[in-house]
Amino acid sequence: MIWNESMECMSRDQMHDLQSRRLRNMVERVYHNVEFYRKKMQALGLEPGDIKTIEDLVKLPFTTKQDLRDNYPFGLFAVPKSEIVRFHASSGTTGKPTVVAYSRKDINIFAEVVTRALCCSGVTRNDIVQVAFGYGLFTGGLGLHYGAEKLGAAVVPISGGNTAKQITLLQDFGSTVLVCTPSYAAYLAESIAEAGIDPQELPLRVGVFGAEPWSYEMKKKIEDGLKIKAYDIYGLSEIIGPGVSNNCDCQDGLHIAEDHFVPEIIDPITLNQLDPGVTGELVFTTITKEAMPLLRYRTRDLSSLDYSPCECGRTNVRMAKIFGRSDDMLIIRGVNVFPSQVESVLLEIPEAKPHYMLIVDRKGTMDTLEIQVEIDEKFFSDEMSQLNNIRNKIKDKVESVLGISVIISLVEHKTIKRSEGKAQRVIDRRKI
Amino acid sequence: MVIKQLSVFLQNEQGRLEEVTGILYKNGINISALSIAETEEYGILRMIVSDIDKASAALRNEDFSVKISDVICIETPDIPGELHKYIQILSRAGINLSYMYGYSDAGTARLIMKVSDPEKALELLKLK
Repeated sequence: MIWNESMECMSRDQMHDLQSRRLRNMVERVYHNVEFYRKKMQALGLEPGDIKTIEDLVKLPFTTKQDLRDNYPFGLFAVPKSEIVRFHASSGTTGKPTVVAYSRKDINIFAEVVTRALCCSGVTRNDIVQVAFGYGLFTGGLGLHYGAEKLGAAVVPISGGNTAKQITLLQDFGSTVLVCTPSYAAYLAESIAEAGIDPQELPLRVGVFGAEPWSYEMKKKIEDGLKIKAYDIYGLSEIIGPGVSNNCDCQDGLHIAEDHFVPEIIDPITLNQLDPGVTGELVFTTITKEAMPLLRYRTRDLSSLDYSPCECGRTNVRMAKIFGRSDDMLIIRGVNVFPSQVESVLLEIPEAKPHYMLIVDRKGTMDTLEIQVEIDEKFFSDEMSQLNNIRNKIKDKVESVLGISVIISLVEHKTIKRSEGKAQRVIDRRKI
Repeated sequence: MVIKQLSVFLQNEQGRLEEVTGILYKNGINISALSIAETEEYGILRMIVSDIDKASAALRNEDFSVKISDVICIETPDIPGELHKYIQILSRAGINLSYMYGYSDAGTARLIMKVSDPEKALELLKLK
């Protein structure tokens, strides 16, 4: 079912006009109500009247996560605090959390886009939706909760964790839809198998998973393990939370609720807008949000856009499944370096182990890239010349692949921190 | 004679050497000779120890990279010209000397040398 046909299936021309109109209003509002944006626009010599259509988006300044931190907690709000009805916040793994706020209307928009996302995933009012996203400052739990209620489905607000209870309720309540992170879904599938429960016996039929990047292989594994069909829900709290986009049955990209969030793809280095189909950094401008509208927010997620009509009937633009983040990329002396390039070189050198750390620094005006490599004990030598040979061998190979000179530091076995999750591979000490 | 030397890879970081000596101490291992080769980032600690197998096992257990290699140990009178004599012999025979260290005490000097061909070196030096 398509929840809101008039918005999800309108012609591209109508969408263009709607987005342009909403953008004009939004720019007017942030210019007058958010000092941060007013200053940024003034610095660019921009007035609200300069923004007429969505083609003018490129004139507007970008917003980054750092801008949100710099204005912590309430600096980017465009409404008086009395208008705010809810806060959410990011986990803040690096320093202060980033805070987002919602007006009454924003909460309604949030529910609306989540409802669309659930419909995209084939969820109906007859479903029982077990929301195993965390409830709290994280947008996942409450976001899906409101959307599922708006749809008229029955919500089981179990929140995250407590696997035994999750399984009991899947059995006893007969939940038909599971909402959680893909990694938790995979864990649940394992736990269900370990408990000797046949997933075929469970009424569960649909999974709506998001909040972290996941591969097609992972999706297949979850679908097989839980005997369900899995859908990808995308979102970020800065824009609204989950529901910014979602897979439809065609499973060929995620439809963006673009009557609320206008996407662009940019080159993360030149910051120029890229053409449809070209992969780059995903950027969103919120055009309806009241409490904390954002201009050209840089998500750092890498994706591409497809404006062709989808077989499901929706005309909303589709974004490709996120496959990486642009902030993994380093620019060193003007050269793009991905840690994965270094990793692939190290995997080819038997003397080195694939445990490494990139340390970027600036000495004077010169960027330096130091790569700490753990040496394999088999190749450790009591002679300095041997160790230097190994170091030079690694240096030559890495430099030929990266195209810039590097410093190779051999480090002791196990000194580079092992990670169970996302490994930290880069330390950037440049002060720019 | 040819003896076994224990080498340990060390990062140039405060306290690393202390960790090594601490591990050896806890395992009751005596160090009879020692030298450190160093670069800016790392060093190689070379030692002659009382129980090389026990020492290397203990260090490996604490995640140190270690290596056991053959070196030659020669004992000479502690007088001028003795070292020169040995070096000259090795040099003229084309035997490469990677590194050496030593000490002298009570009129006797002991030298530990890493050479390209330990057996031949000892033969030339008539120490075999």
